[in-house]
Amino acid sequence: MTSTPLLQVRNLETFYGPIMAIRGVSLEVHKGSVVTVLGANGAGKTTLLKTISGIMDPEKGEILFEGENIAGREPHRVVKSGIVHVPEGREVFPLLTVEENLALGAYTRSDRAGIAQDRDMVFEYFPILKERRNQEAGTLSGGQQQMLAIGRGLMLRPKIMLLDEPSLGLSPLLVQEIFAILKRLNSEEGVTMMLVEQNASVALGLADQGYVMELGRIVMNGSSERLQASEDIKSFYLGHSDDTGRGEKRWKRKKTWR
Amino acid sequence: MEVLQLLISGMANGCVYGLVALGFVLIYKATEAVNFAQGDFMMLGAFVTLGLVNPEFMGIPFWFALPLVFVIMGAFGYLLDLVVLRAVFGQNQVAVIILTIALGFILRFSAGLIWGHEPMSLHSPLALGDVRLGDLVLGMADVAIIITTFLLTLALWQFFQRTKIGLAMQAASQNQMAAYYMGIPVKRVHGMVWALAGIVAAVAGILYASKGAIDPNAGFIGIKAFAAAVIGGFGSLPGALLGGLIVGIIEPFAARYLPAGWSQIAPYALLIAVLLFRPHGLFAQVRVKKV
Repeated sequence: MTSTPLLQVRNLETFYGPIMAIRGVSLEVHKGSVVTVLGANGAGKTTLLKTISGIMDPEKGEILFEGENIAGREPHRVVKSGIVHVPEGREVFPLLTVEENLALGAYTRSDRAGIAQDRDMVFEYFPILKERRNQEAGTLSGGQQQMLAIGRGLMLRPKIMLLDEPSLGLSPLLVQEIFAILKRLNSEEGVTMMLVEQNASVALGLADQGYVMELGRIVMNGSSERLQASEDIKSFYLGHSDDTGRGEKRWKRKKTWR
Repeated sequence: MEVLQLLISGMANGCVYGLVALGFVLIYKATEAVNFAQGDFMMLGAFVTLGLVNPEFMGIPFWFALPLVFVIMGAFGYLLDLVVLRAVFGQNQVAVIILTIALGFILRFSAGLIWGHEPMSLHSPLALGDVRLGDLVLGMADVAIIITTFLLTLALWQFFQRTKIGLAMQAASQNQMAAYYMGIPVKRVHGMVWALAGIVAAVAGILYASKGAIDPNAGFIGIKAFAAAVIGGFGSLPGALLGGLIVGIIEPFAARYLPAGWSQIAPYALLIAVLLFRPHGLFAQVRVKKV
C-alpha cells in the first residue's frame, strides 16, 4: 500500500443548495482493494459517490483519479476515464432487455470483441442474467435487477466501481449471494471497489479498508478488522445495542472518536 | 367501395397527424417537455421544402432538395435545443410550454414574412392525381403518404432497436439518471432527439403539402395531433401513430355518416372519452418499478 492510490479524495465539500452535505471528506482507494464507507441515512455517502462520478459538482476540494483532478467533470467524461457508478436502487432501464441494458453499460467503448468477451464474463458470474437475456429489465425481481446493475457496471471494464448500497431492499440470503459474487469479482478479476453501505457487517466482511461517515464527515477509518473490533462500530452499526436510548448514548460516544 | 375510399383518405390524413404526434412523443419521452410548436415545425418543414423545390423560389429538383431539407430541419431542431431550450433546462415545466407556444407564433409569422400568407402548393412528386378503379377513386397522394409513413415507421423502429444512438435515446428517456451513470452524454442526446423531431416534422410537412395547399397556419393541425398523441397514450411511439390514424379515420366517417359539424367534434369527443375511461391512453406503456 505504499504506491499512490488509484482514487484520492481531498477535503471535498458538496452542497445541496444551502445545505452542506459533505463537510471536508478525504479518503483513499488503492488499486485492487475494496474500500467501504459506512454510515446512517443522510450521512452523505450517496452524495460522496455522486460527487466522484460527476453527477454533482463539489464546492471545494480535489478528486484525484490516477493523479488527475476530475472534480466537477461532466459525468460522461468521468465514465470515460474508467469510473463506473452502480446507483442506489438499481436504476436499470426498465423497458429494455437485459442484453440491451448490458450493451448500454459499454456505451463509451467501441471494441466489439472486448465487449462480447465482457458480456460473457458477466453471464458467467450472473447466470440468471443469461437465462433472462431477452426479458425486459423492469420485469426482473429486485435481486436480479441488482445483479443486472452490477453487470452493467462491469461492462465498462471499469478501473473502479462505485457501489451504492447493493444490499438495499434485498433478502439476507440474496445479500449474501451478491456479496459473494462481489468478492469473487475482486479477487478473480481484480476489480477495485468503493462500496457505500448501511449493512456494516457484510460490507466489512468484503472490504479491506473502511471509513465511517456521520453528518458529512469521516469520523473514523481503518482496516476492516480494526473497525469490526471497535466498540463504537459494534454498538452503532453491527447492532449490539438496543434502539431505545440510542440517541443519548450516541451523543456521549461521539466524543470518543476525535 | 365508399367505405374503402373514406378509409384510405382518412388513413392518409391520419398518417400526417400520427407523424406530428410522433414528434410530440419523441420530445416528451426524452426531455419530459411538450413541444407545442411541433405542428409549426411541420409547417416549417413544408415551407423549407417549398422554398427549395418550387420554381418561383430556388427550383432545386425534389430528390436533391430532400436531403437538404432533412439537414436543415435536423440542424434547426438541434440548435433550438442547444441555444434556446438548454437555457430553461431544469426550470418549471410551464416555462418550456410557454416558450414553445411563443416559438410557434414566431415560426408562423416568420414563415408568413418569407413565403407570404397565401396558400401555396408544393411541387411534389407525390402529388400524382387520382386513379380510377371501377367505382373507387384513389388519390395517389393518399396512397403514397400511407406507404411513406409505413416506411418511415419501419426505419425509425430499426433506428431505435439497432443503432447505438437509438438505444441511448431510449435509455435516456427511460431513466435519465442511469443514462448519466452509463456515460451517455444526455444533453447531446436530447439535442439529437430534437433534431430527429425536426426531421420527422419535415416528412410530415412534405406529405401534408403533397395533399393540398400549405399556408403558415397549417401548424394548427398540431392541436389535432396532440389529441392523437394523448389518445394513443402520451409516451408511446406506436401509440402516437395509431392515435393519429384513429383521429384521421374518424373524421371522414363522421363527416359522411353523422350530422354536419360532428366531424370537427369527433376527435376531441374521443379524446375526452379516452381520458375518462383509459386515462393513460389506448396504448400506454405501463412500467412498474420493483423495489
